[in-house]
Amino acid sequence: MAAQAPEASLLEVRHLSTNFVSDEGVFRAVEDLSFHLKKGESMGLVGESGCGKTTAMLSLLRLLPAAGRIVAGEVLLEGRDLMELDEAEMRAVRWRSMSMIFQGAMNALNPVRPVGDQIGEALVVHDLAPSLKAATPRVTELLEMVGIPGSRQSQFPHQYSGGMRQRAMIAMALACSPQIVIADEPTTALDVMIQAQILELLERLQRELGLAVILVTHDLSVVAELCHRVLVMYGGVLAEYSDVDSIFNEPLHPYTRRLLEAFPDLSRLEGKLVSIPGHPPRLNKLPPGCRFAPRCPEAFERCRVEQPGVRQVRPGHWVTCHLMEESAPNAHG
Amino acid sequence: MAELAASAPCVGQGDCILEVEGLRMYFPLPRGLLGTLRNLPRRAVHAVDGVSFKLGRGEILALVGESGCGKTTTAMTLMGLVGATAGTIRFNGQDVTHLAEHPARTARASIAALNGQAHRREPSVFPAITMKRLRRQMQMVFQDPYESLNPRVTVFEAVAEPLEVHALTSSREEKIERVRQALDDAGLTPPEDFMTRLPHELSGGQRQRVVIAGALVLEPVLLIADEPVSMLDVSIRAEILNLLDELRSRRGISIVYITHDLGTAAYFTDRIAVMYLGRVVEIGPTRQVLANPRHPYTKALLSVIPVPNPRLRRHRMILGGETPNPIDLPSGCRFHPRCPVVFDRCTQTDPQLSCVEPEHDAACLLVGRST
Repeated sequence: MAAQAPEASLLEVRHLSTNFVSDEGVFRAVEDLSFHLKKGESMGLVGESGCGKTTAMLSLLRLLPAAGRIVAGEVLLEGRDLMELDEAEMRAVRWRSMSMIFQGAMNALNPVRPVGDQIGEALVVHDLAPSLKAATPRVTELLEMVGIPGSRQSQFPHQYSGGMRQRAMIAMALACSPQIVIADEPTTALDVMIQAQILELLERLQRELGLAVILVTHDLSVVAELCHRVLVMYGGVLAEYSDVDSIFNEPLHPYTRRLLEAFPDLSRLEGKLVSIPGHPPRLNKLPPGCRFAPRCPEAFERCRVEQPGVRQVRPGHWVTCHLMEESAPNAHG
Repeated sequence: MAELAASAPCVGQGDCILEVEGLRMYFPLPRGLLGTLRNLPRRAVHAVDGVSFKLGRGEILALVGESGCGKTTTAMTLMGLVGATAGTIRFNGQDVTHLAEHPARTARASIAALNGQAHRREPSVFPAITMKRLRRQMQMVFQDPYESLNPRVTVFEAVAEPLEVHALTSSREEKIERVRQALDDAGLTPPEDFMTRLPHELSGGQRQRVVIAGALVLEPVLLIADEPVSMLDVSIRAEILNLLDELRSRRGISIVYITHDLGTAAYFTDRIAVMYLGRVVEIGPTRQVLANPRHPYTKALLSVIPVPNPRLRRHRMILGGETPNPIDLPSGCRFHPRCPVVFDRCTQTDPQLSCVEPEHDAACLLVGRST
């Protein structure tokens, strides 16, 4: 993956902001999020529960629940702004260009319909097959691609194990041969061995089909195994965005550093596991300054009053932290 | 004779709080009408099939394995939530395998229970000791703090409920004091701030602390924690694990920590028992098992733990398929259909746990041969 100019991006997200409006006020779930994704590249989107990862991804597909509003930003897919499209045009983009593996494989499949029909439905809805019956050969092909015998397509989800259901969800996401697959916590509810199988599958599919993958997870180690670039989110904003090696070996944001320490690493067992005290900010009652300041051990006066901006500290490495401003020249990206 | 000695498991230490020997738990399957008419053999799910281990006082033992390997069934059997098919469970040296849930309705037994004496004396003197009474000393923390708390019950009520069930407090002040103490021990400080809250006002980590406080309020000596962090974010897992470690060092509580993740077990447990298809296949001191795993299954489990460092991407030993179903068990070694180093004898001989190093046992033919 040769590093090219940003024009080569398959997907470019610029200053995306999404709010949820409810009786309790406005929840600023995603604010000023920018990133780009090249063909065949995989990006890890990491953060704690409720930091806006899933909201950001649903915004890309414009699948937000009724209370969600995309208030600003552009999502450019091969240069075309998805925010400008009408619903019919958007429907042609969804699943054909960009699809999603939803969270919770255990419950995402309809329990009273055969798995094969549910995959075939995606093909029928997107006019790739005239009927469910005609979709059968493609469904067989898809299932075999993810390692499920095609003969099991007439079975129901309860006859599948957890790992197989997750595979079926992946097959469903691949049905319309998209260029981008968003995998939302694809391994969270699974055992370590099944998790390894699924990650290997994603890696293989990515290589064979030239897929661009966005892997949404709270588990940094999964990202280390699979991704080229990593975006760490905290409380709805980008905290740090860089290539995988810098994130793990030269993390700059205090939050990234804490996250890494909180993770059990069998190669350095001597250290004690460190947790991040406190909890993520409530998105309707954000602190006035940096969103991480209340939990940040390195916070100083300015952090509590002024929001830091996203700045590029090095080519391809963005950080949102006041600590960076003293050391690096301003080069907003 | 010499071979016999070599294949015997290591002898455990003296002072044990819990001794499990040859524990079996089979869930019989219905044969159906046709099966009954044809008199087909009764089949069963062999959830736990000959598990033996010892837990020392103040020790933390990890039970590690994939879904369906019988770790949770083992825990349920220990807690007396399901009755064991065979084997013995000794708690504090006393056989508690088949305790009755409620006291027998004899005058002597109920008087002893009423006076609260049954647990103070040697239980053999008072046969009225029941599972319910035993559970004061043995408590369980369940997996999902989002589902194990009643959404309409305040933290105070949830934590005080065990006290009411066991009728342990005589006054409201005493109850408040014990709940306050339990919340404090579980790291919910100051306790007063949490007592009136409802579960939806708590974060995932706080909910799990409430669940732990509910177990601690009875002042148990043994805690069985079934996947207590698997539903929590990585960033707060550490605080729950550190809390468990602290409870051990401060109160000397022994803990059975059940998990599918060797990574979290590595940090704070003293010993690890790796389970596969209802059996313990390897058991030993944590550091030793991790540094020098002897069973191929343990090796595979270790190799797939993601390493949070892209410079250290290693070869993963990914086992194909999933744990076979525990109804029709494979012949010979249970692991042989998935084993990367299987050889001809594995399909016939079922290896027993044998000592490979002091305190370190593994059940593999390759291991037995090398010693």
